[in-house]
Amino acid sequence: MNLKQIGGAVALAALSTLASSQAFAGAGAVADEFKWMTFAVFGAIIAVTMYITYWAARQTHSTSEFYAAGRSVTGIQNGWAIAGDYLSAASFLGIAGLISLYGYDGFMYSVGWLVAYITVLLVIAEPCRNIGKYTLGDILAFRNDPKASKTVAALSTITVSTFYLTAQMVGGGVLIKTLIGIDYHVSIIGVGVLMLGYVVFGGMKATTWVQIVKAMLLVSASILLVLITWGQHGFSLPGFLQAVVDNPGVQKQVAKLVGDAASSMTPQELGQRFLEPGLFLKNPIDQISLGMALVLGTAGMPHILMRFFTVPTAQDARKSVLWAMGIIGGFYVLTLFLGLGAAMNVGAGPIAALDKGGNMAAPMLAQFAGGGADSVLGNLFLAFVAAVAFATIVAVVAGLVLAAASAMAHDIYVGVIKGDRASPQEQVMAARVSSIIVGIMRSPSVSPPKARTSPTWWPWRSPWRHQATCPPCS
Amino acid sequence: MAQAEMNWAAIDADPRFQALHKKKLTFLWSLMLISTAYYFLLPIGAAYFQDLYKIKVWGPLNVGILFALSEFIVAWIIAGVYAVRANKEFDVMAAEIIRDAHNIK
Repeated sequence: MNLKQIGGAVALAALSTLASSQAFAGAGAVADEFKWMTFAVFGAIIAVTMYITYWAARQTHSTSEFYAAGRSVTGIQNGWAIAGDYLSAASFLGIAGLISLYGYDGFMYSVGWLVAYITVLLVIAEPCRNIGKYTLGDILAFRNDPKASKTVAALSTITVSTFYLTAQMVGGGVLIKTLIGIDYHVSIIGVGVLMLGYVVFGGMKATTWVQIVKAMLLVSASILLVLITWGQHGFSLPGFLQAVVDNPGVQKQVAKLVGDAASSMTPQELGQRFLEPGLFLKNPIDQISLGMALVLGTAGMPHILMRFFTVPTAQDARKSVLWAMGIIGGFYVLTLFLGLGAAMNVGAGPIAALDKGGNMAAPMLAQFAGGGADSVLGNLFLAFVAAVAFATIVAVVAGLVLAAASAMAHDIYVGVIKGDRASPQEQVMAARVSSIIVGIMRSPSVSPPKARTSPTWWPWRSPWRHQATCPPCS
Repeated sequence: MAQAEMNWAAIDADPRFQALHKKKLTFLWSLMLISTAYYFLLPIGAAYFQDLYKIKVWGPLNVGILFALSEFIVAWIIAGVYAVRANKEFDVMAAEIIRDAHNIK
């Protein structure tokens, strides 16, 4: 079987997994009569990414092509791809959800996640591009004992990727289950099969282009939603905020959050309180701790570091961060409107009823913006936003698997075991085999979140267990 | 461009390289310091100066939201300042050293 046939088989398997899983479908946010539409939109987006993988696979033969897309990615393309890696489901679903439930404090996440990029720009981007070949280990091995530093770097990369990967895959499973009621395990397998398809056949080139397409879809979906939501208030910022303050649902949510203090507050004061800090992060130290985690965490994420190996020059590395910051920053400003819009139009009650952490706020806002749960357009919007969120998870997981696999194949196998003496064919084969190993290793570790006190994205006990998003994981 | 011809120690000792290195390091650290300090004002303020954040400026738009939005502007400005300086100054200096690298003994 050649690559084309294998790619086709994977695409078919993935599509049929999704299609046949309709049999498993139970209750979800989408009514049964509209489910076919959700599947059609999911199928279309998956088909596009599969085509990208097929196209990339035909051009991926060497190690440099597999790990670094042949260093042929331009600054602007890489900027979009970084934005794609960064704007994962936690940003889109998680932050919009936090803002919809807690107002101002949710927006603090948005700010931290953008500012974190200053560190990436000033400290990481250029040196990575100039020194590194394919992995973090390459950079450390430049001036230290190659075997020791590669081993340590690989362990670090694999550890970070593993934790992050698990959270993302759980998120993907929960998203699909909540929206269309497909069995959790079937969803996880679907994410796994698709992601392995991108990585094993298309390598970095496919992963990069899937990220670019996904980032563009995500940004357009958000802009569309904001236009509809903000447009109701004549694109006036104070007008929009005033509507938030006047909204009875928002006032009720604040009353619930502040408890006894609510009795002495007027409805207007309650509404205004939503735009002030302290509803979610009540302990002052929480605010500062979150700030540190956001700003320092980003610079260590292996799939972001790896992006800088794909561009030809340091100038392109710099340019890509600038583009990424523009896209990411613009997107995060939009989250304020998405979150507050969802708080007003959908309401904290229904959002929390579907998912405690608020992760369904953006898809529910989409359903509202299209005309509500009974309308065709509303469900089409919902399907589109959900499919984009799903593509987001698959693409980010693909980036992480690529990072972990590169650490395993390039650092450990080629660098440490083979002492840097491996033929190019052998290296690419090692990379593909490692990707499959990483992908399969993850599956048993991903069990559905049980009786969650912490929501979707951060399912185990951790310093952030009461927060909806794990701070370093965008 | 055989590496054997390069005298790395001499390049490292070259005053132009030293100047570039020092300039770049000072510049990067000061930008880093400014951006970190400005960023941490936000969570510190949200934690300890909530009354300040509650002051309404334009309708329901308060100091807290304006300050959060200003973080975006400042982040973009810092990124811009860095890019302009790196493109116009550091890259030029580095290119000059690279062009001359074989003759530095």
